[in-house]
Amino acid sequence: MAATFAEKLLARAAGVSGARSGEVVDAYPNLIMSHAASWRCIRTLERLGTDRLFDPDRIAMVMDHNSPAYTAKTAGDQKLCREFAASHGIGKFYDVDAGIAHVVLMEAGHVRPGMLLIGTDSHSTIYGALGAAGTGVGFSEVAATWVTGYLWMRVPESIKVTVDGPLPPGVYAKDVMLKLIGELTADGATYCSVEFDGSFIRGLSVSERMTLCNLAMELGAKFAYVPPDDVTRGYLESRGVPRDGYDEIFPDPDAAYLREVPVDGPALSPQIACPHTVDNVRPVEEVAGKRVHQVFIGSCANAKYDDLAEAASILRGRHVAPGTRLIVTPASKEVLQRAVADGIMTVLLESGALVTNPGCGACAGDGGVMADGEVTLSTANRNFRGRMGSYEAEIYLGSPAVAAATAVRGAIADPRELAGEAPAGGASPQAQPAEILSPETRSVETLSPETGR
Amino acid sequence: MIGGRCVKFGDSVNTDLIMPGRYLVSIDPAELAEHVFEPLGPQVQARVRASKVVVAGRNFGCGSAREQAASGLAGAGVTAVVAASFARVFFRNAINTGLPAITQPEAAAAAQDGDDVQVDMAAGTVTVRSAAGDAQSFPFPPYPDSLLRILDAGGLIPYVARQIAARPEEAR
Repeated sequence: MAATFAEKLLARAAGVSGARSGEVVDAYPNLIMSHAASWRCIRTLERLGTDRLFDPDRIAMVMDHNSPAYTAKTAGDQKLCREFAASHGIGKFYDVDAGIAHVVLMEAGHVRPGMLLIGTDSHSTIYGALGAAGTGVGFSEVAATWVTGYLWMRVPESIKVTVDGPLPPGVYAKDVMLKLIGELTADGATYCSVEFDGSFIRGLSVSERMTLCNLAMELGAKFAYVPPDDVTRGYLESRGVPRDGYDEIFPDPDAAYLREVPVDGPALSPQIACPHTVDNVRPVEEVAGKRVHQVFIGSCANAKYDDLAEAASILRGRHVAPGTRLIVTPASKEVLQRAVADGIMTVLLESGALVTNPGCGACAGDGGVMADGEVTLSTANRNFRGRMGSYEAEIYLGSPAVAAATAVRGAIADPRELAGEAPAGGASPQAQPAEILSPETRSVETLSPETGR
Repeated sequence: MIGGRCVKFGDSVNTDLIMPGRYLVSIDPAELAEHVFEPLGPQVQARVRASKVVVAGRNFGCGSAREQAASGLAGAGVTAVVAASFARVFFRNAINTGLPAITQPEAAAAAQDGDDVQVDMAAGTVTVRSAAGDAQSFPFPPYPDSLLRILDAGGLIPYVARQIAARPEEAR
């Protein structure tokens, strides 16, 4: 019988000949990720009455939230994890300098096609970017799986999302997903595996695939999946993963889908998720001009190298508007190093950005939180009330290009408008650092009547 | 049978509302209970603490994988959640922390704030009794045995601990 990606993968992970959607199987994850929640897993393990681990090589720990520690309690939690990893032979331990778990594990070559991964983070769907199945679980489940090696899992139904391209200039994977989440709503794919396909997907960069699969969580998805191709294989090779180091899984052509959703890429425009739910989505034109106090470029959704480069292409030769803060939190140390090496970090800093250490940062409410009545435009994946500081603050979500344009305007802005105009002071979009520092670039840009407020 | 007075919520109640991220430094259900639904204010919090069952609309518990959303509710004295639908990770966390989560859209619609809601896990029924005294029962498909065993043990950790104690070789 024809099978979906999820059915084939869970059958493999459970060691059974076939698994159909709706069945519950005991699946053995290839990798068990825990982040800042690792200490909770360790404390929970103590209640199990054993600390014999099923396979330390299947465990990864990344200290990404609340890093570096800003309370003695958090410092103690991180110390516990560090010591536990050392004493239990957990080689895949990444400390507070590394960055966001998802991005770090993919960069390190630990995520491969055909793998099943569980993680103490809902956005574990991101691993589908490399043809793997990732899903979020609780810390008790991680502690139990450390010991038993397996976890009960319901085999999900599947939804196929076909995105045909190309996307217009100024429109990105983030916009595809926000549009989709707005249309299908926040529970449009609850418990489902979301398979991506279509001409836009084929040949797409791994960075943009990560954004797609990350945000599938905001549809309620259990897994997300992009079929492995030469882009996937090339990425893995660059990460030291040999071609015989993984076994790709593809859905059968006649597999059964709960729903098939076409997305017309060329018709898309930049999208914004408005407070306080991710499915409250409107085209940028409808919210342009909304005054913002802070812009945050960060999170596992959109703080990869390509995202910073996209923001820098707009910020080059321009300056953050007075009265607006721009906070940039690179997803990983590697992203930061690369952005430093090729000058992107210089562009961001000279535009007026505050750059923080790699990690989850303000997305998880760590540093860069907001006061009552403040508004943030964020590249993250969630805008729930109170997530970034005050319960009386507002979070809008958009692409890194929208974020950069918004930082320049001091109000939510359409990046396509800025792409068409020269930076203030006549500097070209390729302005050199010396030009960026010119006093003219610091002048306040006047908002157009259409977008001004 | 589990149940009692219910407190009713709407659709898409997310985990940041149920348990704000700033309190995830704790895993103690009693301590977490203090902060359940804090963003919705002290009146809502008091109503939750005076209730045994949370009734909600679609997609209850959407958002993060934080287990404390489920364990905090249990700490606040909630014995069951009945909703039109659940977000995936919340549903898992509820079962795995020993908190029954029942998908029953009709019961969720019928129950009014303050009604008495009783859940019979073995029979697979939710019974809603209004203030006027009239009762309605709504069936739901009983849980698979594997999940009932986890709930009966009080959650995944006590369940696995029991297995390990009984058969130490299971841990390998």
